[in-house]
Amino acid sequence: MARYDRAITVFSPDGHLFQVEYALEAVRKGNAAVGVRGTDIVVLGVEKKSAVKLQDSRMVRKIVSLDNHIALACAGLKADARVLVNRARIECQSHRLTVEDPVTVEYITRYIAGLQQKYTQSGGVRPFGLSTLIVGFDPYTGVPSLYQTDPSGTFSAWKANATGRNSNSIREFLEKNYKETSGQETVKLAIRALLEVVESGGKNIEVAVMTREHGLRQLEEAEIDAIVSEIEAEKAAAEAAKKAPPKET
Amino acid sequence: MKLDTSGLESTSPFFGSGDELCPELSAAPSFSLPLSTDDTKATLKHAKGTTTLAFIFKEGVMVAADSRASMGGYISSQSVKKIIEINPYMLGTMAGGAADCQFWHRNLGIKCRLHELANKRRISVTGASKLLANILYSYRGMGLSVGTMIAGWDETGPGLYYVDSEGGRLKGTRFSVGSGSPYAYGVLDSGYKFDMSIEEAAELARRAIYHATFRDAASGGVASVYYVGPNGWKKLSGDDVGELHYHYYPVTPSTVEQEMAEVAGA
Repeated sequence: MARYDRAITVFSPDGHLFQVEYALEAVRKGNAAVGVRGTDIVVLGVEKKSAVKLQDSRMVRKIVSLDNHIALACAGLKADARVLVNRARIECQSHRLTVEDPVTVEYITRYIAGLQQKYTQSGGVRPFGLSTLIVGFDPYTGVPSLYQTDPSGTFSAWKANATGRNSNSIREFLEKNYKETSGQETVKLAIRALLEVVESGGKNIEVAVMTREHGLRQLEEAEIDAIVSEIEAEKAAAEAAKKAPPKET
Repeated sequence: MKLDTSGLESTSPFFGSGDELCPELSAAPSFSLPLSTDDTKATLKHAKGTTTLAFIFKEGVMVAADSRASMGGYISSQSVKKIIEINPYMLGTMAGGAADCQFWHRNLGIKCRLHELANKRRISVTGASKLLANILYSYRGMGLSVGTMIAGWDETGPGLYYVDSEGGRLKGTRFSVGSGSPYAYGVLDSGYKFDMSIEEAAELARRAIYHATFRDAASGGVASVYYVGPNGWKKLSGDDVGELHYHYYPVTPSTVEQEMAEVAGA
């Protein structure tokens, strides 16, 4: 197997790993994904490509669970995602087997990031072309967390973040509008952020929420539509208030 | 013989090399197993000549052991430390091969510390005992002789596990391991109550070890008693069992029934 020894990811003269940067490009072309952490809830939202008519959309799930208390959404190459998710799921179970404890969000994030890093430093392989958003609750303390990993293998914790297409605009929106929220407010914030870059409507976004008690729950299209209408109504009300300044006598 | 150095590999998930890109569930360290025939087992068989015990009670965990090491009928040492301090909140007891116990407890200490550093939280007693049990299981049939109890206090409270070189692992509230264990169990089981104070529990543990050393030839020396509480372990006492005997059963001077008198003459 001597042919496959040569590393694809090598340093450029000015210190860049071009394959990793190209992988980040692939991520930037992927569907938008947003994650928001609340005080008692974590929300993931993903942009869904407009309905491909014959495709059975029930089968296409972009937000997956890694264990009872951990969920993942990603942007980038979906085939790579499948491989990474499978490995992470095995690791979650393996951890349960060896220490009789569920993984913490940080542990599994570290594992996934480590895996992504390994593929930037091995012969004959290319980096994974995806960034992940990992959410979950600590099995003992119940503290919610949101983490992000990228093709280079770095990871960090976030209060809210976005990745994929137009993630910069979403992140700007979140920076302006983030505040500590809980329950339905967090869901609304996540959907509002996604709506910045996605056509409105339950058809085009997929949202899942996770709470400590109930685990991961995918929101129905009807539910999403309801929240979207609420948001639009709020927006309209805000616009109207701006346009009609109070008359002073 | 290839040692299990997986504790020194920083990126390994608990078993196995970090190098694979195509993983199955990581395999235990593998090298060709020496075929263990019955002969081998008999010659290497350590009789686990010792008495160790541990039990959970209201205030935490009490751990006690004797300190005699014997080689057949020869007492090689009366001052062996059979309670091994894995880390400030976890203890392990030694029964079986002294070297095996000491080495693997030390190795377990390394793994626990690495877990702490990687995960920013202490490992649970459950996790630590499982790590040890998995290692011992992978060496099954190769002549290790370890009968240990892992006692500690973690987020879920006091924990006590029995782990042995056959690969067995049991969770429990009362254990005694070693050749003196039947005697220790007798005293321990009859005197045990969950609601004991630390002093009462220590005295029970001490008595149990003393009685085992009294009847079992392979146990003796010093009865050490340790207590594991929410702030870690603390050594409570180390009493020579000979002295304990006279403490429990003091010699009472009795009245002389018959006096020996000088016989005058022939």
